[in-house]
Amino acid sequence: MSTTPSLLVEDVAFAYPDGHQALFGVDLRIDPGERVALLGPNGAGKTTLVLHLNGILRPGRGSISVAGLPVAKQNLREIRSRVGIVFQDPDDQLFMPTVGEDVAFGPRNLGLPEAEVAARVEEALAQVGMAGAADRAPHHLSFGQRRRVAVATVLSMHPEILVLDEPSSNLDPAGRRELAEVLESLPVTLLMVTHDLPYALQLCPRAVVLDGGAVVADGGTRELLADAPLLAAHRLELPYGFDPSRA
Amino acid sequence: MGAGHGGALSARYVAGTSPVHRLAPQVKLVAVLAYALVVVATPVHAGWAPWAYAGYLLAVLTVAAVARVRPARLLRSLVVEIPFVVFALLLPFVTRGPRVEVLGLSLSESGLQTGGALLAKATLSVLAATVLATTTEPRALLRGLERLRLPAALVQILGFMIRYVDVVSGELHRMRVARESRAFDGRRRGALRVLGAAAGALFIRSYERGERVHLAMLSRGYSGRLPGGPAAAVPPREWAAGLALPLVAGVVLATGMLLG
Repeated sequence: MSTTPSLLVEDVAFAYPDGHQALFGVDLRIDPGERVALLGPNGAGKTTLVLHLNGILRPGRGSISVAGLPVAKQNLREIRSRVGIVFQDPDDQLFMPTVGEDVAFGPRNLGLPEAEVAARVEEALAQVGMAGAADRAPHHLSFGQRRRVAVATVLSMHPEILVLDEPSSNLDPAGRRELAEVLESLPVTLLMVTHDLPYALQLCPRAVVLDGGAVVADGGTRELLADAPLLAAHRLELPYGFDPSRA
Repeated sequence: MGAGHGGALSARYVAGTSPVHRLAPQVKLVAVLAYALVVVATPVHAGWAPWAYAGYLLAVLTVAAVARVRPARLLRSLVVEIPFVVFALLLPFVTRGPRVEVLGLSLSESGLQTGGALLAKATLSVLAATVLATTTEPRALLRGLERLRLPAALVQILGFMIRYVDVVSGELHRMRVARESRAFDGRRRGALRVLGAAAGALFIRSYERGERVHLAMLSRGYSGRLPGGPAAAVPPREWAAGLALPLVAGVVLATGMLLG
């Protein structure tokens, strides 16, 4: 039996206008409910790939579909409601004057009625443990709170797949743990771009390694992290003293 | 960070529940603008002008009292007026025409009038604007501008300014700390070159942030306009209450014109 995958990337290649080729035929299939870590060194093409998932960048070759819907110009609105991208810097993500208005931004763009928007704002903020923060200004929140609100801003669109770019960067250990608890509690398909290998192991049973614009490994996170030669070949390093087989 | 915790732009707002606080922002905006127009329309050389200014002052101070704006705050807000004050003080000395003796100084009569009028008009307008800023949150002002059909692009730009002024000033502050941590002295020769480079770096950083924010907006379905929240219509009674200030000022002006 084959279900429709949440995300299907087939042979995607992309070169920037300046001629720099970032992706050379990427294939990736993520089924509903899967949690996948996208690993790779800086410059591997991770962010480029992420920007393809909701049609910000268009592949030069190959195709992408989200829950069966191809990423194409006429579907962009629907695609952007299905793919929720949380960018690395919450100050980029939170641009409205209050948390509530920011979480409402996506649902309002989808043209939902105001009562539904309000319900979604409340639900999304509760999911990230920020209920009651709707009237606060983003710059009054701690960095960890802002990161969680950034997650809420896309949860309110009820995405098919949640894409996180470096979710643990710049968080203090408590903030990092709180975010992990939130992410673990969310009933969504998850693609997490990260350098934080223990975080990937904690949250994602499966990992994909991208390097040089192509997928070079795809498998169980624990097995991949135990493969020292693979990690070394792609500039991935575990923190000192960390043993993935014992974590 | 560098800017206060409350945000540089919301520093003027004082929360409250007075009738003035509760007025819809668009009503207050129209009221302040209309009031300022009436004040400016008062003829400078009319003999009754000082009486009219007194009437306007009484009107705006009454509103400030209703809004419970503290006198100290009103006085402090007048600081922005200082350039006008300097100019107004110069006028009696440099204007030509009939002269009068005041404390042994020979001053131009029309210069005194013009300078005084300039000062009075600026002061009254600043007072009204201060009451507006003290009783209205910045984002409520934005909503008001939106309801008044200011072009959406302008409202969005103002909104981003409110949101990012603290982020950018935080960045500026960190750059300054980083400079000074390496023994930079702004008073030394060549410092301007360094500061110029810093300004350029800040500009590029802000520009890049703008691009990232735009990406994040597109990713959530942005299509050229910011979706607004529910808009409640303002009842006529609220308009009447809000426009009482410019109406009173208008009556003062009309009385002066008819009787003067």
